[in-house]
Amino acid sequence: MSFVEYGDTIKDGDTAIVFLGHESMFPVKVQHGTVTQTKYGVIRHSTDLIGKKYGSKVTCSKGGWVFILHPTPELWTMNLPHRTQILYSTDISIITMMLELKPGSIVCESGTGSGSLSHALIRTVAPTGHLYTVEFHQQRAEKAREEFREHGVEHLVTVTNQDVCKNGFGVSNIADAVFLDIPSPWEAIGHAKSALKAAGGRMCSFSPCIEQVQRTCLALEEYGFTEINTLEILLRVYNVRTISLQIPDLGKAAEGNSSTGFDSSNPSHQGSPCANLQQGTVQFKSGVPLREVVGHTGYLTFATKS
Amino acid sequence: AMEGGPSARIREGDCAVLKRDEVFKAVSVLRRRKIIFEKQWFYLDNAIGHIYGTTFEVTSGGNLQPKQEVEETTTETKEAGTDNRNIVDDGKSQKLTHDDIKALKDKGIKGQEIVQQLIENSTTFRDKTEFAQDKYIKKKKKKYEAVITIVKPSTRILSTMYYAREPGKINHLRYDTLAQMLTLGNIHAGNKLIVMETCSGLVLGAVMERMGGYGSIIQMYPGGGPVRAATSCFGFPKAFFDNLHEFPLSKVQSLLSGTFNTETLPADPEENALVEEESNGLTEEKQTSIQEAEEEPTPEAAMEINPTEEQDTMDVNAEDVEFKENKEKENKENVREKQIKQWERRKKLLEAAALLREKNADGLIVASKFHPTPLLLSLLEFVAPSRPFVVYCQYKEPLLDCYTKLRERGGVINLKLSETWLRNYQVLPDRSHPKLTMSGGGGYLLSGITVVLDKGKSDSSNSEALKMEEPSSKRCKLQDLPC
Repeated sequence: MSFVEYGDTIKDGDTAIVFLGHESMFPVKVQHGTVTQTKYGVIRHSTDLIGKKYGSKVTCSKGGWVFILHPTPELWTMNLPHRTQILYSTDISIITMMLELKPGSIVCESGTGSGSLSHALIRTVAPTGHLYTVEFHQQRAEKAREEFREHGVEHLVTVTNQDVCKNGFGVSNIADAVFLDIPSPWEAIGHAKSALKAAGGRMCSFSPCIEQVQRTCLALEEYGFTEINTLEILLRVYNVRTISLQIPDLGKAAEGNSSTGFDSSNPSHQGSPCANLQQGTVQFKSGVPLREVVGHTGYLTFATKS
Repeated sequence: AMEGGPSARIREGDCAVLKRDEVFKAVSVLRRRKIIFEKQWFYLDNAIGHIYGTTFEVTSGGNLQPKQEVEETTTETKEAGTDNRNIVDDGKSQKLTHDDIKALKDKGIKGQEIVQQLIENSTTFRDKTEFAQDKYIKKKKKKYEAVITIVKPSTRILSTMYYAREPGKINHLRYDTLAQMLTLGNIHAGNKLIVMETCSGLVLGAVMERMGGYGSIIQMYPGGGPVRAATSCFGFPKAFFDNLHEFPLSKVQSLLSGTFNTETLPADPEENALVEEESNGLTEEKQTSIQEAEEEPTPEAAMEINPTEEQDTMDVNAEDVEFKENKEKENKENVREKQIKQWERRKKLLEAAALLREKNADGLIVASKFHPTPLLLSLLEFVAPSRPFVVYCQYKEPLLDCYTKLRERGGVINLKLSETWLRNYQVLPDRSHPKLTMSGGGGYLLSGITVVLDKGKSDSSNSEALKMEEPSSKRCKLQDLPC
């Protein structure tokens, strides 16, 4: 296993995801002789995990069971230990596409933070690309290095512990893309420009506040970036539910004129009449938005150096 | 700096994209070929040899000339009003008439100068606020300064272009939705991926870009052959097609039941060509990429690709025999060529079938005009456990059905029905706000992860799975019967 290459079976040293149920999972480092506690009981790595197929159902000591999943950057993002606020997959996906990343791309990133985006970037640029990531917080930088090692991707990433606004990315004229998620990105635009290839490249900055975006856009213009474009992407998740609505009694049944009889105009999503399991109700499937959703993560400002 | 390399320059035969403001158009770079873009016509001849990203001006005779940068607005002290209380719309503020402007254009005056003249002849310009002046200039520039940038194709550019120009051909798949699919599907180098799309080959191209030629792709197609008009706009190197396989949907059932054979192919290549032609209105010109040449070889293309055939043809020419003989031989060649093609198709089909039979694909991407449920229920059979799958649908309702049926089937977890909203912003000093319009719909996604399917006691494990994933769903399931 590594985060950039699928494996079929669980091996000693792998990072695996224990899936307990909807939105309930956690990562586990697979080690001979180790046990992991879950609410369904104990998982013994040597017998329950090692040698088993990824995607298997594993029965825990109390008889309950879990699934063991192969790690991916997306699962990691949902389960990683937070050292900072992180970027989630919805933002990550549009960043990756708008930066035009692909195998072989050279990317610069700052800050590394908790490594949520870093894992996704590494996955995309592997096996021939490279990530140069800069983190000014020494402990976070070291933790990130350790995780990259554990996840089998250390050859694809260089972590530098310095202040990107003062010292830049530690490389120049080699990047296809630069990503900034720092409090004052406008102070790093010059460094971003010099990190990018002379022939050009793409750049992106993530900021929660519009005032930050404002200053970043001015700096981008000042440094001659073009195609400056700010956007925001929001995820809406729907729960799939069978809804049943009561038919109001308008006294029609009394007139003998049949029916709750809803014809083809009923709101069934399958196009077939819905089951009226109980007298006077109509049922249909619906995608119901969550009661509360993320309304804002940050503005993404993209630009081109040409 | 040598990083640009030869690929950063525009070459004859390239697939390139023209850009004017936010409008894109994909073209093949060919000499002496008239291009019409945004009500302008020109030739690309002069662009050849320039670096991608260069901005050109259209000059008389349809020639392109690299635009000279830095024409900083004049240093004259700016005059501007503070509000519009005294600006009256009498329709006479512009002293130049339509005829005057046309005369300027006909004289070949540069757009830049026309804009300057319009400003000088506007009686209200000086009274406008600074912001209004800015807006006025921008609007006029857009109209009179004919500048075109030539950029390299990418998923970013092509998916934006398709969504704006021909959303119907990609089932209204918005680019941010496509971006989600690539991420949710964990598309990366080395995957063995199954793709089923009817998005003109745009989704396939996006997947190929992310895989960078590493791994393999099996494209499932309906009808006579896969449509790859958009794929060819990417200008991928030939090597990217070495591990691109295709398999007809109509053969899936027989492959799953073990009765598959290659005796009855779905259709002949001519039919493929037709499908491709029909769906390819985007670049106007016949696509000439390597990929298409591979897909439906014209005689020339086939010769280029197949060295033995080229050799044969050259031999024929060298023999220089009588015309009739020559013709006969040509006919024989044609028959042989057809047989070779038929044989090669069969070989490719068997290869694809063998890859599918392993049932160990690393993912499944579906984005089609068809109902997703039957596609998912069948194609998931070919996917290994603990792998992501993503289904796109323009409408939410079929995905509700698909969700329910997948739950009944089992073997999937972490099912998620989602949609993304995309909002663009205008960011200018003291004038920042969301853009006035945003896209109303970019489609819906159903994603999940495969797990080992517990066939023996699927019923009980299903209800357990339901309980496990959504504690509140027990009641739903009971009500869930025939709907």
